[in-house]
Amino acid sequence: MASANDPFQFQEFEEAGHLLEANRDATTISIEEDDIKPDKQRKAAGFTPDGDDEDPLASDDKTELLSGPKKSVPFWTFEYYQRFFDIETHHVKERIIGSVLPWPGKNFIHVHLRRNPDLYGPFWICTTLVFAIAISGNISNFLVHLGKPNYKYTPEFRKVTIAATAIFSYAWFVPLALWGFLLWRNNKIMNLVSYSFMEIVCVYGYSLAIYIPAVVLWIIPFEWLRWCSIVVALFLSGSVLVMTFWPAVRDDHPKVIIAVLSAIAVLNILLAVGCKAYFFSKPEAVLPAAATEVTKAPSST
Amino acid sequence: MAAAEEASRPFAGLSDVSISEDIPVEGDISVPVGPSTRRDEEFSTLDEPVKETILRDLRAVGNKFIHVLYPKRSTALLRDWDLWGPLLLCVTLALLLQGGAADSDDQGGPQFAEVFVIIWFGSIIITLNSKLLGGTISFFQSLCVLGYCILPLTVAMAVCRIVLVGGSGTVSFAVRLVVVTASFGWSTFASTAFLADSQPPDRKALVVYPVFLFYFVIGWMILTFSPSQ
Repeated sequence: MASANDPFQFQEFEEAGHLLEANRDATTISIEEDDIKPDKQRKAAGFTPDGDDEDPLASDDKTELLSGPKKSVPFWTFEYYQRFFDIETHHVKERIIGSVLPWPGKNFIHVHLRRNPDLYGPFWICTTLVFAIAISGNISNFLVHLGKPNYKYTPEFRKVTIAATAIFSYAWFVPLALWGFLLWRNNKIMNLVSYSFMEIVCVYGYSLAIYIPAVVLWIIPFEWLRWCSIVVALFLSGSVLVMTFWPAVRDDHPKVIIAVLSAIAVLNILLAVGCKAYFFSKPEAVLPAAATEVTKAPSST
Repeated sequence: MAAAEEASRPFAGLSDVSISEDIPVEGDISVPVGPSTRRDEEFSTLDEPVKETILRDLRAVGNKFIHVLYPKRSTALLRDWDLWGPLLLCVTLALLLQGGAADSDDQGGPQFAEVFVIIWFGSIIITLNSKLLGGTISFFQSLCVLGYCILPLTVAMAVCRIVLVGGSGTVSFAVRLVVVTASFGWSTFASTAFLADSQPPDRKALVVYPVFLFYFVIGWMILTFSPSQ
């Protein structure tokens, strides 16, 4: 892995790396740590680096080193937020594909984010999902009531605001709660892996990407199709989230591990089923708004 | 030789110069103000008739409408931006979207304020997005472009209302679908023609997608407009 003639490849940093890991703060960024940390994180998390994984990581570190140190600006300036939009089109494509195809052993944050979380993906995926839910719900209600004589079509514009509230609360408050919880546990147990708030928001945002095609599929008014697509979408997005947070809670008390991972999964399920129940009426009867299910999702943290 | 001698003794030739009384040392040192008064007259619009003032702005707005209708890569829209056109289009579109099932309480259609908020808030968010991604366009220029490119959709809305007068069956729906889809494509194409050059090359798709989503949502609002029976 380390070549003698490459000045940026550190060769033997075993002890220093372990010392760094114990009290490393995930939000501090310096050139040296950027190079060591991804390597050490991969070893600590038990990955076996294959040839494919190795080379992009090395070249990516090199470009990070060459791009210079990141300076910290106060959070009320424009430049602070520009840091989170420092991505290109192919990065976004890779991240979306990585979030819908979870690969066992590939942690989303380590493989795809690589210390460069972005806000573009989460924000625009959530916005697209809001409009997709509202529009698909509207179309599916129209199709369900198509033959009935006393049905008057309404665009149901109010539902956009409700969908927006539900999805954006899920995408911001759940990561906030999870980040706070992990921070609190980090004080008690020295974890090897800790994630910054932006990385958690990023993972949650990208994990919602699978729901966009699922929601479009729900237009077709067959219950079995809707339940199939919900189960598949839940499985994919839930496994991305669980595999991402597994290294962060792995060293904790078993009860805490189970509690955290099941909370992540349950909230995901609540969001999906709540949206389906509220926005998409069943083919046989018009069901009243199950608004309680939708509002339970962000408040049951 | 003589010049070198002269130069080596600076001011030597001046020792015998004296100012006589008949050399005039008075005069006028004011700068001739011919051109600047002309410029002042051009910019002082206080004295022109009101009709001319209004017509000048209307002509600028109309000129930009023509640029939107025949979009080609030009900087005309960007150079002198104004927000009169977008305001006019937004109010027209919001007014045309009213009157749909307006007599019932839960009409479900977008209110005037909702349309306004969606268009302006959406434009501001897209502008912020493009600036955060490193675009070189200024804030108001981007608002101006996005607002002016709503023109095809407003025209489509007017056409839809005319079609709906004739009836609201499947044929009219098909016609409206075709018209709205065509105008949505036109709007997106026009705005990317104006905005494309100001974006970094490997982020163009990231900037175009929100514009696409914005016009898609507006097109959806137009398509689902159902008049009161």
